Amino acid sequence: MATTAVSSERANYLNAEYGIRSWLFTTDHKRIALLYLISITAMFFVGGFFALLIRLELLTPAGDLLTADTYNKAFSMHGQIMVFFFLVPSIPAVLGNFLVPMMVGAKDLAFPRINLLSWYLYIAGAGLYIWCMMSGGVDTGWTFYTPFSSLFSNTHVVEAAMAIFIAGFSTILTGLNFVVTVHRMRAPGMTWSRLPLFVWSHYAVSLIMLLATPVIAITLLLMVLERALNLGIFDASRGGDPVLFQHLFWFYSHPAVYIMILPSMGVVSEIIPCFSRKRIFGYSFVAMSSIAIAVIGFLVWAHHMFVAGISLYSALVFSFLSYLVAVPSAIKVFNWTATMYKGSISFSTPMLYALGFIGLFTIGGLTGLFLACLGVDVHVHDTYFVIAHFHYVMVGGAVLGYLGGIHFWWPKIAGRMYPEGWGRLAAVVVFIGFNLTFFPQFIVGYLGMPRRYWQYPAEYQVYNVLSTAGASILAVGYLLPIIYLLWSLRYGKVASENPWQATGLEWRTASPPPTFNFDETPEVTWEAYEYDTMPLPEEVTLER
Amino acid sequence: MADHSEHVVSVGLYWLIWAVLIGATFLTAWIATVDLGIFNTVVALLIATCKASIVVLFFMHVKYTSEKMTKAIVVSAIFWLLLLLFLSLSDYATRSSG
Amino acid sequence: MSDRAGLGDSPLVVEHEARPELRHHFADVVQQRNAASLGMWVFLATEIMFFGGMFCGYLIYRREYYPSFAAGSKSLNLWLGALNTAVLICSSLTVALSVRASQLGKRRQLLWLLWGTIFFGLVFLGVKGFEWRDEYVHHHVPTFYFSAQDLIRENPNLHIDPQATKIFYSLYFSLTGVHAAHMVAGIGIFAVITFMAWKGKFTPEYHTPVEIAGLYWHFVDIVWIYLFPLLYLIDRRPGA
Repeated sequence: MATTAVSSERANYLNAEYGIRSWLFTTDHKRIALLYLISITAMFFVGGFFALLIRLELLTPAGDLLTADTYNKAFSMHGQIMVFFFLVPSIPAVLGNFLVPMMVGAKDLAFPRINLLSWYLYIAGAGLYIWCMMSGGVDTGWTFYTPFSSLFSNTHVVEAAMAIFIAGFSTILTGLNFVVTVHRMRAPGMTWSRLPLFVWSHYAVSLIMLLATPVIAITLLLMVLERALNLGIFDASRGGDPVLFQHLFWFYSHPAVYIMILPSMGVVSEIIPCFSRKRIFGYSFVAMSSIAIAVIGFLVWAHHMFVAGISLYSALVFSFLSYLVAVPSAIKVFNWTATMYKGSISFSTPMLYALGFIGLFTIGGLTGLFLACLGVDVHVHDTYFVIAHFHYVMVGGAVLGYLGGIHFWWPKIAGRMYPEGWGRLAAVVVFIGFNLTFFPQFIVGYLGMPRRYWQYPAEYQVYNVLSTAGASILAVGYLLPIIYLLWSLRYGKVASENPWQATGLEWRTASPPPTFNFDETPEVTWEAYEYDTMPLPEEVTLER
Repeated sequence: MADHSEHVVSVGLYWLIWAVLIGATFLTAWIATVDLGIFNTVVALLIATCKASIVVLFFMHVKYTSEKMTKAIVVSAIFWLLLLLFLSLSDYATRSSG
Repeated sequence: MSDRAGLGDSPLVVEHEARPELRHHFADVVQQRNAASLGMWVFLATEIMFFGGMFCGYLIYRREYYPSFAAGSKSLNLWLGALNTAVLICSSLTVALSVRASQLGKRRQLLWLLWGTIFFGLVFLGVKGFEWRDEYVHHHVPTFYFSAQDLIRENPNLHIDPQATKIFYSLYFSLTGVHAAHMVAGIGIFAVITFMAWKGKFTPEYHTPVEIAGLYWHFVDIVWIYLFPLLYLIDRRPGA
């Protein structure tokens, strides 16, 4: 399929209107997606800065770079920024906002103005958090556990909590928009069973966003009231129960990790069939597994509290349910693998990220099962084993999915191809850097190194040095895409409508798309992932 | 694709619902003064649930809508709340010390 | 308008021109109305979980500190609580009738009913404010010279833990405070709706904002329907 040399001159969403006002007051879901892309990338680097501080401090066993209090702030803010201001919005607010309307054949999301409001709420929350950070930050750990946060901490807990409270409403509105869009805005012929799995995973994610986020909102509000008004609801010395805070906090924060991983799984479900030239194996199983993860994910939260003082009966129930939640994730991994079997695989950049996802997510998920086992958890709770586990799923899983998705849909978003050689190099650098950073942490955690400590016994140093070395490689891997993606905006090859020869309605309109997505409302008469009838893409085959 | 706003409920029915709700309010306040032991709480919540259901079905038109999604959402939200309440309470209820 | 470029005089364009309230990304008004309705119901589901977190804390502590919670509950004014419940029920009636009036295009009736709703909402807040002030005077507001001594005196046969009564009042003020904030928002929303109705924006064909604002108001009423027995009626048996 020939590339249209003048596509960048045709009217599209990027050149429809110019000027800062046309961006700040836009209701076009694609522009809002880009606003989010810029904001969350900025927050990612702020969170990354704190990671840098942590890893530099941990190069040596002694606490010699930062004071203990400053170190507490570093890991607390690293966690809060990365969870609330990067991972939770990342794929849904950027790729979801951009693609969901197009994938269902609509002109926009159901509520475009609410979409813009959600971005402004995100900015307000992020702004308040930055202000909190500049004023001295917060040191409670990302989890805000009481009574330290409500009573003893001398840092800016209220500002941090309120910033996250505000950002939570951004999430809720995004989820609301997706649910109503998928229910009410599908094009003629786009039945539920023809929806791309990316849409299914965003629908499932939206259910979690809507039902879980309000609980953390009220929990943070209660904690702030406790701190400001000296209430005592969470203070054991005044008849309160700190574990109640933990129950309410984790009722959201566990499903939150599924908010972070499900969209990534949706991305992988789009990339794997495309670069195996084969329809997805077990479409309904993959679709239903997204819903299953969303539902079962609500039933496991107290596995973060096994040693906090919950009853043994409770611990047994939550342990059992935590094993159950692994099943739908495993179903997805099996289906992706079966999709690739006897497919025609090409190792494009998105495919490298997707393959990396499968391997790293599997490791992260399996180590989650280690943690779900009560006896093992008593030993490794609050050690680096836990840190390694969640970074494997959140970075090795969610971030790799995010990067894969950015690359896969970059031609559609920007109208340009990124340089494939650099893309593949960066993917490999990320993979190597990531494993070098986090695999040693499994070992050192199992050996007993606690988390959140700024000094450690000398026998753990070699693992920490490896980890910090890995982190510096990983940092390079993150910087490379920033550079070549920006470069491609000006010098990249102009993209055709469907450079990957992928299925999906978003590939049946120009790159970049016109403001209202389609010149005519599509009428869908075909099933999803009909790769057996699609020709091979030139770009990928030519790069051999 | 029908939706609830096309069904116009009669004024009489609305006033009847109002009367039932007011009556139930006084009933619940009065019955709280009668000693039913442990059932005081049960009865109070039962009456509250009946009142809430009447508001949902008649004032919020759920009885008249053909949209299955509305009913699914109401049921799901209540179910999720009960999940939060039940699983948290079960921890406290099974602790050995007070 | 640039957003209609290329669409010509298709039926879509005709409908969009005939119905100015129809937004460009919807195919027809039915789709728009159904989307708005679904959106509000989904939002109410999130509100159930928002209040739910506080209900969870309340139920756990009520079970833990039943006598203290019963004493705290008895100190609340049962009749004002019941009155406020009745006030909200009246407001739900006016809301339901106003939706009906908008369905039938009866503008004057609609305006009266909307003003009635706002009136009842303000009465509710007034009564609530009076109760709060009363609680403040009796030192039952945590942080502001809180003291449970009067409760201990008035309930000699209950084993009252002063710290637990403070927890009761903390949850009472949190629950009623958040509820009141939602009432204020509801009154604000209805003020906007009343203004729109006065401007003649609602017809039998288009009155979606009245419907969805109504849904929100009924929800806030339902929250109070549960708050009343849970807070005011823990143990009102005479002699208990």
